[in-house]
Formats: sequence, structure tokens, C-alpha cells
Amino acid sequence: MNMRTVKSEQIASAVEKLCIQSCLDLPKDVLDALQKAEKKESLDSAKKILNQLIENAKIAKEQKLPICQDTGLAVVFLRIGSQVKIEPQDQTISDAINKGVENGYEKGNLRKSVVAEPLNARKNTQTNTPAVIHTEIIPGDKIHITVMAKGGGCENKSRFKMFLPTDDREKIIDWVTQTAAQAGANACPPFVIGVGIGGDFEQCCLLSKKALLRNLNSQNTDPFYGQMEKDILQKINSLGIGPSGLGGDTTALAVSIETAPCHIASLPVAVNIECHAHRHSSIEI
Amino acid sequence: MKKITTPLTDEIIGSLGAGDEVAISGIVYTARDAAHKRLCQLIEQKKELPIPIEGSVIYFVGPTPAPPGKPIGSAGPTTSSRMDSFSPMLLAAGLKGMIGKGYRNDTVREALKKYKAVHFAALGGAGALLSQYIISAEVVAYEDLGTEAIRKLEIKDFPATVAYDSTGGTVFKE
Repeated sequence: MNMRTVKSEQIASAVEKLCIQSCLDLPKDVLDALQKAEKKESLDSAKKILNQLIENAKIAKEQKLPICQDTGLAVVFLRIGSQVKIEPQDQTISDAINKGVENGYEKGNLRKSVVAEPLNARKNTQTNTPAVIHTEIIPGDKIHITVMAKGGGCENKSRFKMFLPTDDREKIIDWVTQTAAQAGANACPPFVIGVGIGGDFEQCCLLSKKALLRNLNSQNTDPFYGQMEKDILQKINSLGIGPSGLGGDTTALAVSIETAPCHIASLPVAVNIECHAHRHSSIEI
Repeated sequence: MKKITTPLTDEIIGSLGAGDEVAISGIVYTARDAAHKRLCQLIEQKKELPIPIEGSVIYFVGPTPAPPGKPIGSAGPTTSSRMDSFSPMLLAAGLKGMIGKGYRNDTVREALKKYKAVHFAALGGAGALLSQYIISAEVVAYEDLGTEAIRKLEIKDFPATVAYDSTGGTVFKE
């Protein structure tokens, strides 16, 4: 098998750019969704807030200021071709990614929001590392990297539940809707809702996060789940929570469901709540 | 839009009702989770606080570093409810206002009534926009906390909504 050599510093440099770009430049599909929501929104005060969010994205891009001061935990989705070899060999790809995150957060004037351990001293690492890295091996000789800057406020409102394998879609729709209702104003609505159904405990949660990476205009290719996405979105938007939790028709911009096979005894469901500052960027090396 | 200036007097507090849109000017102090924990420990130990608390407003924010030529980076509100267990103690000490995003619990709402104070909601996730209303920023305590340090901010016409007033009212649907 022909191996392709990729230099560690090339990966670090790509990650550095992705961190900065994702924090300053709201993806087009998210901006479009905010603009579309603003046109459809029936409540004037909610329209005003949506306009402020659109204005915020514009200021961020023009003045190179982060869209939100919570520039997040860097969640990195790595798909690496089996024919890729990293050089120098004493460095792992995780080392390269963390170097890129450290440089990106420093050079981009982004906030360092990571503590070294969770319960005792909670000392800030001052580098925003380590990143959370999810790795997949794929065929070929390319590396595909996505960086998601995931804020704490919305992540805190995410939930997981084991349903009974005999439970129906309505039960899951209700629970996902309740999860959005409980998140309310605290998690910066309008939300993007990532739902994982199936897999096991940890795979299900990962699916819910991966679901957030889908284009907001896409739908699940299985019509059953595609319809479920529409039904959940409609139900969440009838809650009346609205932008900033101050009322309105716009509580969520999109719902994405991703699924996986699961055990005969299980029906795990995870909801990853994402705020309107839905920031992610990708590159292929 | 009501224009108000800090420090907040009882008269100003009394004029504010849930849902009022305000433009806040003057000095506010930043504090998040870690700084709140330290402030409350000082109160418990009956020690002096590093900021003047009487009539003050605390803004729940951890800004991004200031880029060259700007007083501060992106600076929007963080989730208020994480400060719920600390706020009543600070209100008892004379705090008159807080700026954050999202809900407060019943204990905080009772304390707002008891001590005549208000909670403002600023627009979450709009840190770039809100930074435009901040004129200056200076770390005044707990520098070791980095973004969570206490900063003295001078703000001008900072936009917010009265989320919880001093009579028990709220802008949020109950």
C-alpha cells in the first residue's frame, strides 16, 4: 500500500485556521436560517432579537471579534485515511491537533475555557487544550478535519435517556421537545438540536453531536426520520420560548437525527443542544 | 427604552418593571462562577470584598482577550442560574443589579424582593455586538482566574431587558 506522508505542522496549521475561522465567521447555512426565521417570525420583539443576532455575526466578521465570548471547547472530528503517515513519527496526530488549537486560540484572541481537571482545583490550562478528538479511519490518503467550537451553556442542557425498545416515536418526540423546553433561555435559543437514536451509551451521545454537523437545510435520508425531524422542529417552535427566551415562534432553527443499530434490549436517545452561535469549520488535507 | 446609570439607587430600582428595555451606563463589575465562590467565602469570613458592593451591578461574563486597539474582546452574558446559590448573599451585602442570560430560581427572586434589586437579561451569544457598548475594562481582582477575573467595566447605553424586577415580576413565561 502506498503511504502518503503528512507533516505534523501542516495539520497544526490547518487546525489553527479552523479554530479562528469557526469562532469569527458564522456558517452560511446558520446565517441563512436566522434570516429566514426573522422573515417568518410573527412577534416584533423576537424579530428585533433575530436582527441583533444577524448584526452580531456581521460585527464579528468585520471586526474579527468572536461571535460569542464562549469560544468553546474545541471538539475535533478527524477522519483519517488509512494510507496517511504522520511525520515526525514521535508525534501523534493528537499532538498536532492540540498544537493547532493552542496556536489558534492564542493568535485569534479566543477565550481559553478549559480546566485541567474537573472537580478539585479546576485550574485553567490557559491554552484551551486538550481538545476533544473523535477519530475515524477511512479509506484513502486524505485527512478530513472538522473543528466545532462548542459552548458550555448549551452543552450543559444536553440529555441522554434509555427508552424501552417497545416505546414509540411520539414518546421520543415529546422527550426531545421537553429537553429543549428545559434548556429554555439558559441555552441561547434559537437552538440547533442534534439527536442520536440507537447505538450504545457512548455511541448514541456521539451521534447526537455528529448530527449537529449536518447542513441545516438537509434532512435524514430515511423518510421516517426525516419526517420525525420536521415534527420535532414544529413541536419545539410551538413552545413559544423564542429567541433569548423572551417569546416568539423561533425556538429552534433545525433538528437533525442520526441513527445507529442497537441491542435488542435497548433504545438509547441523546439530545445535544446547540445555541444559535453554531460554529464549525472543516478542511481536507 | 429607559436610560439608567449605575450605581443603582432604590428610586431607580423602583422604577423598573419586568419587560422594560433599558440602556445601562456607568461602572459594572464582571464575575462568573469562580469569582462568586471567592466573594461569598470572603463574606462568610467577614472579610473586606475587593469591589465596592453597595449599589453595584455585577455582569456575569468571561470576555475573550482584547484584540489590539480595543478595550475588550467579545463580551456577552453567561448563564445566570449557575450563580443562583451565590447571589442572595451578595444581594444581602448591598448588590443592586445583575446582568446575565436565562432564568433565576425562587430563592434569588425572593432576595430581589427583600433587598430591592433587579436582574437584567442581556442577549446571549451576541458578545461581538455587546462589546461595542463597553468603553473600558480593567482587571481589579483575581487575575489568576484569567477570563474569570473580576473586571471593572465602564459601559455606555448597554442594552438589556429587566428579566426579574424588585416586586417578584418576570419577563419569562411561567
